[in-house]
Amino acid sequence: MLQTIEAKEAVNEQRKRIHPHKFTLWVALGSIIMMFAGLTSAYVVKRDQPGWTTFPIPRAFWYSTAVILVSSLTVQMSLKAFKDREMMRYRNLLTFTGVLGIVFVLLQWAGFRQIWASGVTLRGSGGGQFLYIIAGLHAVHVLGGIVALLIMVVRAFAVRTRSYNSVPVELISTYWHFVDLLWIYLFIFFMFIN
Amino acid sequence: MSNEATVHGHPEVATTHDAQHDEHGEHHHHQSFITKYVFSMDHKMICKQFLITGIIWAIIGGLMSVLFRLQLGYPDAHFKFLEDILGSKWAKGGQIQPEFYYALVTMHGTILVFFVLTGGLSGTFANFLIPLQIGARDMASPMLNMLSYWFFFGASCVMFSSLFVETGPASGGWTSYPPLSALGDASEGSKTGMDLWIVAMALFVVSSLLGGLNYISTVLNMRTKGMSMTRLPLTIWALFFTAVLGVLSFPVLLSGFILLLFDRHGGTSFYLSDIFLASTGKALPNEGGSAILYQHLFWFLGHPEVYIIILPAMGLVSEVMSVNSRKPIFGYMAMVGSLFAIAILAFLVWAHHMFVTGLNPFLGSVFVLLTLLIAVPSAIKVFNWITTLWRGNIRFTPAMLFAIGFVSTFISGGLTGIFLGNSTLDIQLHDTYFVIAHFHIVMGVSGILGMFAGIYHWFPKMYGRYMNNTLAYIHFWVTLAGAYLIFWPMHYEGLAGMPRRYLDYSNWISFNQFGDLNRFISTVAMITFAVQLLFVFNFFYSIFKGRRVMTRNPWGATTLEWTAPIRPGHGNWPGEIPEVHRWPYDYAKDGRDFIPQTEPLGANESAH
Repeated sequence: MLQTIEAKEAVNEQRKRIHPHKFTLWVALGSIIMMFAGLTSAYVVKRDQPGWTTFPIPRAFWYSTAVILVSSLTVQMSLKAFKDREMMRYRNLLTFTGVLGIVFVLLQWAGFRQIWASGVTLRGSGGGQFLYIIAGLHAVHVLGGIVALLIMVVRAFAVRTRSYNSVPVELISTYWHFVDLLWIYLFIFFMFIN
Repeated sequence: MSNEATVHGHPEVATTHDAQHDEHGEHHHHQSFITKYVFSMDHKMICKQFLITGIIWAIIGGLMSVLFRLQLGYPDAHFKFLEDILGSKWAKGGQIQPEFYYALVTMHGTILVFFVLTGGLSGTFANFLIPLQIGARDMASPMLNMLSYWFFFGASCVMFSSLFVETGPASGGWTSYPPLSALGDASEGSKTGMDLWIVAMALFVVSSLLGGLNYISTVLNMRTKGMSMTRLPLTIWALFFTAVLGVLSFPVLLSGFILLLFDRHGGTSFYLSDIFLASTGKALPNEGGSAILYQHLFWFLGHPEVYIIILPAMGLVSEVMSVNSRKPIFGYMAMVGSLFAIAILAFLVWAHHMFVTGLNPFLGSVFVLLTLLIAVPSAIKVFNWITTLWRGNIRFTPAMLFAIGFVSTFISGGLTGIFLGNSTLDIQLHDTYFVIAHFHIVMGVSGILGMFAGIYHWFPKMYGRYMNNTLAYIHFWVTLAGAYLIFWPMHYEGLAGMPRRYLDYSNWISFNQFGDLNRFISTVAMITFAVQLLFVFNFFYSIFKGRRVMTRNPWGATTLEWTAPIRPGHGNWPGEIPEVHRWPYDYAKDGRDFIPQTEPLGANESAH
């Protein structure tokens, strides 16, 4: 507790344009982008080598894409609700976003199972194997977001301390939009490069 | 009660305490041993944690090099005591066994590159200097900073534990190239040891990322009033670029490791293709994989990694050199520009590690050009260091000696880089002792000399005491002479074509002429290692018994950390954070020895 107060004070007294935690998040997003850039370039390089195999895009991925798009909308609306001090609405929208996140991960899982059922297992080194890893890592990042959302939801429902500091909500919404965009990129990548 | 409130409440109390070097200083809120020394969020304590962990690793890694040098220098000798210590599996009859030899060189590389010169060097000085030199109370996120250390600690524990598994630690080289690293049946070290290696490295990457994120956002967002980017000391610039390199390249390494992990345990073949394993007499089903893919992913980190090691050393040396020459650093903007150029080029040269992998020769020539381009910013830096020394009023403190030693090794190691950067010369030199000599001098020795310069220079600020100078001078001269005597002869061995990674050359007609030379190198290596223990003694002895620092600014430096109390509490400055009015290199100006950054501009001065 002490440290957080100190950190906040340290932040407050600094001359600042952007909140350091937000800035840190942006740098972290850059770092995550590098990870997926590395993997997708490996995919591109590998694709031109002999023995490449492809995989069918499962129907579940279309649904999951729709779900994560909607969740981006809800997280944005919850941020707006928070800023308007509509706490009830904020809590509900945040919870809903978390539920959509879980649905997204489940749909990804269903998509993996569909691909698996079509005969693409971990054996080999084609598109399917890359997909399991790349989309799997993306799902891990979404799960990280869900954990953060859960913490926020628990905090929002614990009415003891009412905080109107919007930075945490902004952080989670930025991150959530990011994993959304990242999935859109990956989905388009898999569709067109496959 | 927050530290800040306390400090504002009793500024005069704080000052008195400070003058008495009170352990607690202005630090009134209650901290248990656990929150102060273990799970501390104070950047200064985290710095010390990184430093001491790094020193422990350096001793372990250094000792490993002594062991394998023992083998290389005396391949026929039987050292009974080795069998007593290491057991008959690794040192049968007192001779180091091949598997153990590979494990030693692998772990020596991993430990020194990642745990000492990345975690130990960046972790120590970024944590210590960034808040203190930019005028911040702490990092942007002290919590992430603490996590960064504890991930490093976790990585260290896993890596250390891998030394004790039955099949030994990873032994496929510090680069862990597949297929060797991907197939458990390929060698002893590719079994459990390799898994632990990957887990430890994944934890290490997380630690580096958490640290790096924090360093970047602290430098960009938490500077005190008046501290514009062009008023930052070069240490901060260097640490900043280091953090950028780490944040952009470590995730790619992690991707490579994840694919490797799946090849090991998931049955995928990202890196594996058409393999017949002699050890089991079986052909593997894996098809279509590319071992070269791993090398691309690895070296996309691996090359920036060498700059992650050398840039902090460059920054520390620039600062130490300017302070102890009593002169402004020559060409401040050129120094920043060349750091920037190196940081950019770092990402564009990775394939020069892969010239002999069957890389397209045209592509190779592009990488040759880009690699040789690095000579330009490097030469600018060397020129500026030498011109900073030129006609300076030099104080040969131990830190200064190490800084000058750094410039020396950076030049001699850098020149051989020009040889190796040529894809044609590399056909002869690849995987020879020439490469070993090159990267040890330019990265290993230079990095560690820069780190020593930093430790000797900032030790008074870290612990409020001085290190012993006599021991420091002995440490410096033996280390510098030793480093050259160890690595200089290796150039000749390498030019003659002597390959690395062999444990015994005595039956090899082409290279057994170097038997005496190898013995010489091994002897010097042992002496040099012993002298490092002198440093370790000096370091720990001085923490408790060193001469006390009695003035705030013992070196007469301009930067902000020397305006803080001798033993700063959490929050660094009692009262207001100092405001900055000038750049950090106003030495020997207007008839004055130095002008601190906090001093407002005089009537006849223009802003700078």
